[in-house]
Amino acid sequence: MKFTLKIWRQQGPHDAGRLVDYETEEVSPDMSFLEMLDGVNQRLILKGEDPVAFEHDCREGICGSCSLVINGVPHGPERGMATCQLYMRRFSGGDVITIEPWRARAFPIVKDLVVDRSALDRLMQAGGYISVNTGGAVDGNVLLIGKEQAETAMDAASCIGCGACVAACKNASATLFVAAKIAHLGTVPQGKPERARRVAAMMEAMDREGFGVCGNQYECEAVCPKRISTRFIAVLNREYLRAGLVEAGSPGKPDPLQAESD
Amino acid sequence: MTLDPKIPPGPLETKWDRRRFTERLVSPGNKRRLNIIVVGTGLAGASAASTLGQLGYQVECFCSQDSPRRAHSIAAQGGINAAKNYQDDGDSVARLFYDTLKGGDFRSREANVYRLAQVSTQIIDQCVALGVPFAREYGGQLANRSFGGVQVARTFYCRGQTGQQLLLGAYSALCWQIERGQVTMRPRTEMLDLIVIDGHARGIVVRDLVTGRITAHMAQAVVLATGGYGNVYYRSTNASSCNVTATFRAWKHGAAFANPCFTQIHPTAIPPVDTHQAKLTLMSESLRNDGRLWVPIAPADRRLPEEIPLSERDYFLERRYPRFGNLVPRDVASRAVKAMCDEGRGVGPGGHGVYLDFADVIERQGLGVVQERYGNLFEMYQRITGEDAYRVPMRIYPAPHYTMGGLWVDYNLMSTIPGLFVIGEANFADHGANRLGASSLMQGLADGYFILPYTMGHYLASAPPSPSAEEQRASCAAVERVTGQVANLLRANGRRTAASFHREVGKILWDHCGMARSRTGLTGALEAIPALREEFWRDVAVPGSGEAFNQELEYAGRVADFLEFAELLCHDALHREESCGAHFREEYQTTDGEPQRDDDRFAHVAAWEYRRKESPVLHKEPLVFEFVQPTTRSYQ
Ligand SMILES: Cc1cc2nc3c(=O)[nH]c(=O)nc-3n(C[C@H](O)[C@H](O)[C@H](O)COP(=O)(O)OP(=O)(O)OC[C@H]3O[C@@H](n4cnc5c(N)ncnc54)[C@H](O)[C@@H]3O)c2cc1C
Ligand code: FES
Repeated sequence: MKFTLKIWRQQGPHDAGRLVDYETEEVSPDMSFLEMLDGVNQRLILKGEDPVAFEHDCREGICGSCSLVINGVPHGPERGMATCQLYMRRFSGGDVITIEPWRARAFPIVKDLVVDRSALDRLMQAGGYISVNTGGAVDGNVLLIGKEQAETAMDAASCIGCGACVAACKNASATLFVAAKIAHLGTVPQGKPERARRVAAMMEAMDREGFGVCGNQYECEAVCPKRISTRFIAVLNREYLRAGLVEAGSPGKPDPLQAESD
Repeated sequence: MTLDPKIPPGPLETKWDRRRFTERLVSPGNKRRLNIIVVGTGLAGASAASTLGQLGYQVECFCSQDSPRRAHSIAAQGGINAAKNYQDDGDSVARLFYDTLKGGDFRSREANVYRLAQVSTQIIDQCVALGVPFAREYGGQLANRSFGGVQVARTFYCRGQTGQQLLLGAYSALCWQIERGQVTMRPRTEMLDLIVIDGHARGIVVRDLVTGRITAHMAQAVVLATGGYGNVYYRSTNASSCNVTATFRAWKHGAAFANPCFTQIHPTAIPPVDTHQAKLTLMSESLRNDGRLWVPIAPADRRLPEEIPLSERDYFLERRYPRFGNLVPRDVASRAVKAMCDEGRGVGPGGHGVYLDFADVIERQGLGVVQERYGNLFEMYQRITGEDAYRVPMRIYPAPHYTMGGLWVDYNLMSTIPGLFVIGEANFADHGANRLGASSLMQGLADGYFILPYTMGHYLASAPPSPSAEEQRASCAAVERVTGQVANLLRANGRRTAASFHREVGKILWDHCGMARSRTGLTGALEAIPALREEFWRDVAVPGSGEAFNQELEYAGRVADFLEFAELLCHDALHREESCGAHFREEYQTTDGEPQRDDDRFAHVAAWEYRRKESPVLHKEPLVFEFVQPTTRSYQ
């Protein structure tokens, strides 16, 4: 099979970008999408031209590096997978394939298809953790966690932090990303003491970093390679509301909702 | 060069306590004034950087990915071991110690391995405290599975994404310390050199991968947590950015490199289909809990698997190793798979594969159970091969996976350069000649959370202050040196891509220093590699400039180091005239193909010293077994 690729080329954050056409050589259906791009780059290098910059590392759908918008859809046509898990057998020979970077205010372009996603790290730094010191933790079986609860936490924690949810959202919101973290840490008992502070801090950071607000369109769920469910957004909203109530209570007093909800 | 392992005296059980007690401490006030550099944010680096930050040190942490959360540890699938004995199946610290020592074919230090088993239990508690959602039983207790080379269930897991969850735990702790201002994080930055002043590690030179700027960063101590070098084989199960650059360049400054030829070839990866394939995908060892390996009894049998009746199948691991069956250690399983394929009984394209079959467990326990246990792995398999492994057996083939070798470190995890510490897969310490499954995550977190933060204090409390005038001079010189190296890569302007050289050196190693090695093969490799390296410097094509984001330049630099490092690997394999663990020398085997270890001549760690323009020099650290008698490793 052969393909025509229309690839976004942009030298740096402040340059104007444009789509450039490339013809592939013969591509086998067993090749991954990224291996197909490797092939294009090898030829560009031999011609003395600048290869296309794109991110990848694990190539098995877990590190969250790969990040291509393929024919207008983050991570391409297949649901529930990252770009690196897409194989050329999904396409038909002769197809024209458009490849673009994540586009979002919070993700400036570094070069070509590579964007700067450090804003997601800063959301995590704002509160996406349980602040316990190393050492002195109690035995792992002291607090029992029911199987279902553990599975729910794991569903939320599966997020690979690729940012496809942001790229798919008209408002470029990181709500699903934040919701997944809030739901994960809020589901396990170890995360409960800080839940009010955590959600407030992460929501504030989302605003600060230039992410938009959730428009309830759920394009995020449709492109998420780990199929993170938007029901976690409902959890996030509940937690946020709850945090507001907690804050309204007088400082120093015990968390009024803590006792009843745990 | 002297190799003093600094093992504390006394009984095995109290060595670590004794070391912690006799060690000097740094006062809280002084910690604030001490800077530490940590390179790498995998399990080892992230856990070390966050813990050191929490202790009050000023930490500067580097990684090459755009986010610390994307370090290669994220890809670990199967699980992490700990001697919790929650299953009450006879596990204990002593048993985990013994299994690991035996699994490594008695080529590791007793004291290190014992300490690893001791702290393993704390790791699980720490991870739970950080919110890691380990698999649980219905009653709420932590669940376990089994891994190869052991007869107990001591592996903790988060579906098939254990590395991801453990790393996200360590990363979240790191995020907290970044927020507190204790850690300064520098992602998209690659370490290209070490700065040594008066014999002590005092800093590193890095290249900012976005701007291309090359700068020096100084500190009172440097920690390398830069992972393994499995990618020297070109195709491996490792992430594409895994490399040897940081440890290799430290080697050139005097850090001994230990046992480089101990490289693990994992038995169960998806077989490669064509030469353009960039990586191999692992199918977790946990699958061998339930999957059975087999090949047709008749060579070149082209029937579909379902057409081959039971009586014409050879469940070769169960036949050869009845006691451990499909759960023999990786090196044993890989060699057995290779033997089947060499006999012409391999299946799939080119006969490079054997079946891993789940029909029995599906019949016994139902599809649902298998889906719940391994769903994501089956899905991954289907995406890559287009086949449904619930209905037809998987095909698997060995692939380079992990490197037991690494920079030599003493009991305190310090290399032969004072002030340079090495943790995680980057050091050689705990796995001997073969690592057991689920033990690397354990080691990375043991090093980072629980061992290094103690031993580092002792060094800092007793190290001489850094001469500041020297610092200025040394850092300028180092930046100049690195700038020159980067320019050299761009200069050749040749006709071959870096990948083509990488593929070629990878093939040399796979053929001659892979699952089977021989004097003739290794000697040939040692002639071929320098010639290939010369051609690289003459004819490599690296486009673009050094002062910009340039992924091909990054890659070419890593390939250049692999091309030198490959030679060291072969020297080591050639010197070791025995078969032990993953190192199988064809000349040293029994008549039925089992490896022959030689404790009289080779019960040592081979630590190699760099010499400019000469062959590397071998130093030996004898392995003394005080508590365990090395036996012939038998899984039959
Ligand atoms: C597919 C797969 C599955 C696995 N499954 C398991 C399992 O189930 N259980 C188990 O115990 N083990 C498993 N392993 C092994 C285990 O994942 C690794 O050995 C371990 O994660 C290594 O961790 P680390 O912290 O030492 O290094 P890594 O996680 O490799 O991290 C290296 C870090 O160093 C940085 N770095 C490297 N070079 C430089 C440089 N020059 N400059 C700046 N930064 C640099 C990188 O950016 C990265 O942050 C698996 C491995 C693979 C490949
Ligand atoms: S490259 Fe790691 S998720 Fe795609």
